[in-house]
Amino acid sequence: MDGPALLLSLRLAAWTLVVLLPLAIVVSRWLAWSRFRGKAWVEGALALPLVLPPTVLGYYLLVSFGAGSPLGDGYRALTGHPLAFSFEGLVLASVIFNIPFAVQPAQRAFESIPADVRHAAACCGLGRLETFVRIELPLAWPGIVSAIVLTFAHTLGEFGVVLMVGGSIPGETRTVAISIYDRVQAMDSAGAGMMSLVLLVITLAAMGVVHATARKPHV
Amino acid sequence: MFEGLEALIRQRTPVSLEAELRCMPGEVLALTGPSGSGKTSLLRAVAGLSRTDGMITCGGERWRDSDAGIFLPVRRRRVGFVFQDYALFPHLSAIANVAIAIDGGTRGERVRRAGELLERMNLAGLEDRRPAQLSGGQKQRVAVARALARDPHVLLLDEPFSAVDRATRERLYVELATLRRELRMPVVLVTHDLDEAAMLSDRMTLLHRGRTIQTGTAEELRTRPITSEVAGLVGLRNVYAARVAAHRDGATWVEWNGVTLQARPQAAFPAGASVRIAVPPAFVVMHRRDRPSRGEHENPLAGVVKDALALGENTAVRFSTPGGEVIRFSIPTHVARRNQVAAGAAASVSFLADGIHLMPS
Repeated sequence: MDGPALLLSLRLAAWTLVVLLPLAIVVSRWLAWSRFRGKAWVEGALALPLVLPPTVLGYYLLVSFGAGSPLGDGYRALTGHPLAFSFEGLVLASVIFNIPFAVQPAQRAFESIPADVRHAAACCGLGRLETFVRIELPLAWPGIVSAIVLTFAHTLGEFGVVLMVGGSIPGETRTVAISIYDRVQAMDSAGAGMMSLVLLVITLAAMGVVHATARKPHV
Repeated sequence: MFEGLEALIRQRTPVSLEAELRCMPGEVLALTGPSGSGKTSLLRAVAGLSRTDGMITCGGERWRDSDAGIFLPVRRRRVGFVFQDYALFPHLSAIANVAIAIDGGTRGERVRRAGELLERMNLAGLEDRRPAQLSGGQKQRVAVARALARDPHVLLLDEPFSAVDRATRERLYVELATLRRELRMPVVLVTHDLDEAAMLSDRMTLLHRGRTIQTGTAEELRTRPITSEVAGLVGLRNVYAARVAAHRDGATWVEWNGVTLQARPQAAFPAGASVRIAVPPAFVVMHRRDRPSRGEHENPLAGVVKDALALGENTAVRFSTPGGEVIRFSIPTHVARRNQVAAGAAASVSFLADGIHLMPS
């Protein structure tokens, strides 16, 4: 059992959520209620990580994080560290490959709020922020919980992108999924089995939470 | 400034609107017309849920003045809006649904006031229920309580009875009729049901293809439509082409179908003018066979009964004149039976002069 790798995965999942969730809520709410030319393309682009091979996504991220790229150089100039093969780089990659897992359930949840319920809030004199906090957020909550759980579970399990962008630096970028692979390579079947079981249990629990909160909540 | 609601609205898209509304404080104005005539769009424009050109004033405030670039957002207009499907907040209890609309005061005061409103709407004891645990009628009452919670300057009701069954609807009619006596603000009720409009409102405004075409009491609209279009919309089917013969003896005389009819004086139409006449069914009297009846001598017309269809207590009769014009009216079913009113029977009717209404051709 590779404790540090499990801890690193949990830390990565937590940071991914901290960065991604607010962005996902803003973007999904906007996509749910606005109509504009090219919306389908925006939605399609945000869904890309679902279908793109992780190595392809990982490759593009690696190239855009690396030395010589504006992002990589900018980051190094600002912090003195490279972005590729760092924990921060891993967080950024994780945010990107989790976009559909966070945006889609939240978008569906915002879409399910009837327009008249929002209009009723305005007629009740509620301001934008008050409407968001007291009406929209509680109503979209099951979808947001799904977004949180799916992002969390998916981050723990992601392999290809993490390997491409982070490599396998112990304590820095070696996540539990990569550690499992390393164990298998090293013929440590017991270690790989133990960690696989832990991931399986966490993921199963996550899916249970998603399905439990997805039931209609206000009846 | 006028304290009621006044709206002059122009809009081309998405729904074409050219509408004029005026509703006094304490008055119930029904906004009626066929589906798709723009009733709901107009109501939403008044609430500020859509931005239209024109001018809207309410309670002495300017809510919209497109020339001056004024558009007060919904949350700053004091509107009480009852949505067609009520649009209650599903995650909040009945009392929280109402309390959320109350501004000012402490939390305790808001909850107390919300409780009073629910009690006034006969919902005492249901404060803690969520909308999903309420019946259609109860939901509607919570929606009305919520709309009143802001002390609105205007109460807007969008087809508030369409989502409940008939028995509930009739009970809610009585409740609204009772409630309205206490209301001091203008109330605009959108309904496609003319009977509902007639029952609950002081005046009605008829809307067709986004244009307001006539405002008046239900009685006025039904007996004195300004055009044959209005007549059609209020369900008046005895509408015929005629010609003004003369104005004399305190009456207007029209030639129709080979006979000269006496109508109530309507001097606005010059002699010789082609007009349309409307005769509401209430002004068609069927003569009794055994003895003369009221109006025997007023515009008598002989003909045959085309058909007579018993619809519960009343029988709908279609009567055909020798010229082939069809006159529709209804009589109590027991009268139809006693007088053997049946298809093919010879009969005679009168148009009461008071009821013959002239409209431009």
